[in-house]
Amino acid sequence: MMNKQQYKEYLKTKEPKTNIVKNCILAFIVGGLICDVGQLAFNIYKGLGMSKDSVSTLTSITMIFIGALLTGLNVYDVIGKYGGAGSIVPITGFANSIVSPAMEFKKEGYIFGVGAKMFLIAGPVLVYGISTSVVVGIIYFILH
Amino acid sequence: MEQNNKRIGRHTVCLKKQPSIMGWYSTVGPKEGQGPLGNTFSEVIDDVLYEEQTWEKAESKLFKNSIDKLLINSKLSTDDIGYICGGDLLNQITSSCYAVSGFNIPFLGLFGACSTMAESLSVAGMLVDAGFSQYAIAATSSHFCSAEKQFRGPLELGSQRPPTSQWTVTGSGATLLAATAPQQFPKITHVTTGEILDYGINDAMNMGEAMAPAATATIAAHLKETGRPPAYYDLIITGDLGTLGSDIVRDLMKDEGYKLGENYTDCGAIIFDAQTQGTDCGGSGCACSASVLNGYILDRMMKKELNRVLFISTGALMSPLSIQQGQNILGIAHAVAIENIK
Repeated sequence: MMNKQQYKEYLKTKEPKTNIVKNCILAFIVGGLICDVGQLAFNIYKGLGMSKDSVSTLTSITMIFIGALLTGLNVYDVIGKYGGAGSIVPITGFANSIVSPAMEFKKEGYIFGVGAKMFLIAGPVLVYGISTSVVVGIIYFILH
Repeated sequence: MEQNNKRIGRHTVCLKKQPSIMGWYSTVGPKEGQGPLGNTFSEVIDDVLYEEQTWEKAESKLFKNSIDKLLINSKLSTDDIGYICGGDLLNQITSSCYAVSGFNIPFLGLFGACSTMAESLSVAGMLVDAGFSQYAIAATSSHFCSAEKQFRGPLELGSQRPPTSQWTVTGSGATLLAATAPQQFPKITHVTTGEILDYGINDAMNMGEAMAPAATATIAAHLKETGRPPAYYDLIITGDLGTLGSDIVRDLMKDEGYKLGENYTDCGAIIFDAQTQGTDCGGSGCACSASVLNGYILDRMMKKELNRVLFISTGALMSPLSIQQGQNILGIAHAVAIENIK
């Protein structure tokens, strides 16, 4: 039989290629549509005459709620199947990444299941996102 | 000594007493029931939770159900059974342990990942052939939801599956072996036990690639050591290499000097319809080979549509931790020759 190196070379000829063009187009469409919903929410809140900060916050809250709701209704994973990064990257994807483990690990109880494992997927985003903003903040403080 | 005659090669032993496969039962989930082999399984359940609180309990119930029905159909009592040999994919093979715990039958828990069906048949076959028990049961289970939870991610997570991914079969299979049987049944004639092979694959979403070299090594060892050509068998069937993995095995076997013809296929490649069921490269899991064996294959053997079958279950040995630590995925495959002996 061929050795490991030969096998790796051989596999390059066999692996089915993901349709990158199709995936990018779908991600663009799905991601774009999600952002359109966000923009709609933004426009509605702005139209109600709220302050700039309130409008932004309420838009985020609305999008998170939609992501969570669709996850709970068993719909978000279907969107993700086709949307790929288009549904993972927006804030709705972040909501999905927290609600889905919360649902899954409910069977292990509220403390060791839901409580401990809720951030299984989103954890790295929180850790590195918050850490990066702290670092950026320190740099900003030093420079100014 | 008699024992020396049984070993015919480094990996293959001949079961001289030729244990009969006296009974078989397969229980599968709804998706499997809707697939191309839907009407070949003994039983199709209509909900993956199987009226249980957790996926793990549902899987255990699937395992238990196949053994229960096997015993009822064979009209044997639990006292008659010398051993249950079995395992599954879950941590500490809990599905098997909880399923077997009510039976009061001595239990040999095995871990071979998706190679468990052939591994259990091998051990049970050798125990019966050696005269340690008149009857033994080989069984295994897997469940899509419990496997996703343990190895991949929460079910509702909106991530995309690559085209090389496979779908863990929800189901179980149980086989009853007997030293002697009241009528003609398919018999286990040879067992070829595989070695672990590391071919440098570390993509957990491409199991077919990881297991193909091991499957090739075991099939080639079996054919070399028995002196049989591939054409000897009406069917050579691997467990869960899927469409990509089985294609790779055809190529690798050519390098070994064997051309696999139309008589070669893979349980994972035939259990689902990838076009309509969204299963990419096909089925996987212990229950993939187990459910196809304990229905489609053995039923056809009883009807004499198949008389010589080489059944190979293939396993990818790893854990979520070993993957995160950057370890390669190891492959293993075990083969069992099942024949209608006149």
